[in-house]
Amino acid sequence: MESGFLQMLELILNFGLPLLLLMVAYFIGAWIERRHLRSIRNREGDNVQFPVVTFDTMPDDWIASSSTLVSGSVVISLDYFKRVIAGLRSLVGGRIKTYEPLLDRARREAMLRMIERARLDGYDAIFNVRLETSRLANSRGDGKGIAGVEMLAFGTAVKFASRFARTS
Amino acid sequence: MEISNTESIPGRTIVQFYGVVTGNTVRAKHIGRDIMAGLKNIVGGELVGYTELLQDSRKEATDRMIEQARSMGANAVVNVRFATSSISQGAAELFAYGTAVKVE
Repeated sequence: MESGFLQMLELILNFGLPLLLLMVAYFIGAWIERRHLRSIRNREGDNVQFPVVTFDTMPDDWIASSSTLVSGSVVISLDYFKRVIAGLRSLVGGRIKTYEPLLDRARREAMLRMIERARLDGYDAIFNVRLETSRLANSRGDGKGIAGVEMLAFGTAVKFASRFARTS
Repeated sequence: MEISNTESIPGRTIVQFYGVVTGNTVRAKHIGRDIMAGLKNIVGGELVGYTELLQDSRKEATDRMIEQARSMGANAVVNVRFATSSISQGAAELFAYGTAVKVE
């Protein structure tokens, strides 16, 4: 009776906990992702009129009066469920679908932060936008520490000389 | 001081080049932030503490670059680039570089 209980406890601790963690990670992770995507879509809708280009020189019809460097960045982490799925996926190779929306979300968030910064400071457009990704190292050698990805978006924001300088 | 990541400052002309200016900073993560980030790592999402840490560090690297440009007598830095490298576990270097110029 006593040993049966201990065996049960051991079983729960060995398999139950990781399974519980996986489920918690899955549900909360999915909720966070949905909420974030909704926020990104709303804010992208708000900023759709704001010109952001990757050209390294200004389009001819832009007449700038002042400019500055603007940037936006975000560090995101991968949830436990996604890491487990990706780990399984790397056994057989192929596309890791769980990571793709994660990186996409981070990149769009970084872009939005850059745009919001520029708008807040009264700039009218951004050109020469560059995106950079850097991986933050695990804080522990065994690979179990914190792993994150930083997305950085930066570009040159300009104020137009007159509101009608840009013909669109 | 005007900075841009393009080869010129919009609406200005470059009259003099001073050369490459750089600024860097190496930062380590702070343990309290690391614990929070560890929890966040289970459910995913943004690691706000890290975002702020990197933003502050990048700003410091940029400020150092600007300071160097100012000491040369420049009034603008063009073609600014950023680089990040993790030099050891738990520490990262943030690096900003550009060309110091005088614009009119």
